[in-house]
Amino acid sequence: MDINLTLIGQSIAFVVFVIFCMKIVWPPLNRVIEERQKVIADGLAASERAGKDLENARATAEEELNAAKKQAAELIDQAKKRAAKLIDEETSRGHAEREKIIASGYSEVEAERVRVREDLRQQVASLAMAGAEKIIERELDAQKHSDIVEKLVAEL
Amino acid sequence: MATNGTLTSTDYIKHHLDPLQIGEGFWAINLDSLGISILLGIFFIWIFSSVAKKATTGVPGKLQTFIEMVFGFVDTTVKDSFHAKSKLIAPLALTIFVWVVLMNTMKLIPVDFLPVIAGTLGMWFAADKAGGFVAENSTFVERAMDHPWSYIKAAPTTDLNTTVALALGVFILIIYYSVKHKGLGGFIKELTLSPFNHWLLIPFNLVLELVGLIAKPLSLSLRLFGNMYAGELIFILIAMIGLWQLPLHFPWAVFHILIILLQAFIFMMLSIVYLSMASEKHE
Repeated sequence: MDINLTLIGQSIAFVVFVIFCMKIVWPPLNRVIEERQKVIADGLAASERAGKDLENARATAEEELNAAKKQAAELIDQAKKRAAKLIDEETSRGHAEREKIIASGYSEVEAERVRVREDLRQQVASLAMAGAEKIIERELDAQKHSDIVEKLVAEL
Repeated sequence: MATNGTLTSTDYIKHHLDPLQIGEGFWAINLDSLGISILLGIFFIWIFSSVAKKATTGVPGKLQTFIEMVFGFVDTTVKDSFHAKSKLIAPLALTIFVWVVLMNTMKLIPVDFLPVIAGTLGMWFAADKAGGFVAENSTFVERAMDHPWSYIKAAPTTDLNTTVALALGVFILIIYYSVKHKGLGGFIKELTLSPFNHWLLIPFNLVLELVGLIAKPLSLSLRLFGNMYAGELIFILIAMIGLWQLPLHFPWAVFHILIILLQAFIFMMLSIVYLSMASEKHE
């Protein structure tokens, strides 16, 4: 168990192994591990970001949905009001039209009646005149009795 | 190995604690700890670099996950304790941790396993080097253990040279970082003028601070070595008691898994802390 030349040999071996470790073992291992750490960190960050995005998207979707619902309700309301208004308008317009048509019918009928009565009176007058002419031709001088005839006609 | 006539218990323990060595005195080289530690270091660099090369930033495979787990563990520890910026500390900590874990793990190989294999190989390929201490009628295992190659020890961290080499590397870095971050003047000032800021007390301070400085690599290397060596000794003692070693070896090995990881972690942690202290500015 004495110190001898082995010490020198072991020292040289030790130095050589440390240098080898420093040159060809440590740097590549360190690089690989650091790269993997970076990859994992990136992955974690990405997943966190994705989770946040999802949350945001959900919130946005809900908001949009609510807005759409509200809009739809408004539209339906408006449509209902519009429909009611239209019905009202049309009904009142129809009523007015009916009244107008009826009124014009009445006046037309009245006018016709007046015209027909005038016609009839004329015809009756001429018929009476013709009859009276016939009678008078036969019995009397026409000129003598015309005042009576005219009185008759006026009474018709 | 408990049942032999020619080998005493002392011989057996000594056999297992002596390294496989060539050369004499200071110029000797412990082939076992040097060879096995280099093989394990190459294994570490090979497996980590091959994973790093093929690593994907996508879903990782199981091996890549494991490697990244070790990487992340070391990275977190370094980032928690070392606040200055450095490209060296983290790879240094990773190398120390994994290499020491691998070297310590060799202890889980039963103590006679590698020696018998190595001794057998020795008898085949280098029969002329056999020790020649065994009788003609000895068993195959005894003969294998007689061969010098069987002195091989599995765990390099039970060799003081290995742990001192690691601590020495850290110690040199401590001095380098101290000088780099505090300047040479700052470093010398720290050694001479603290804890007592008076010129008369410079020698006293110097002794205190130098002891503190030297204690760092010393404690680092001796802690790891002591733990591993003592554990190895217990393994050897357990291996000596014959059949009863089976129920004993298992719990000790299980307990040792904890020590293997703990000691490697302590070595890495303390290295980081020492270097972090060295690169701190006091002003």
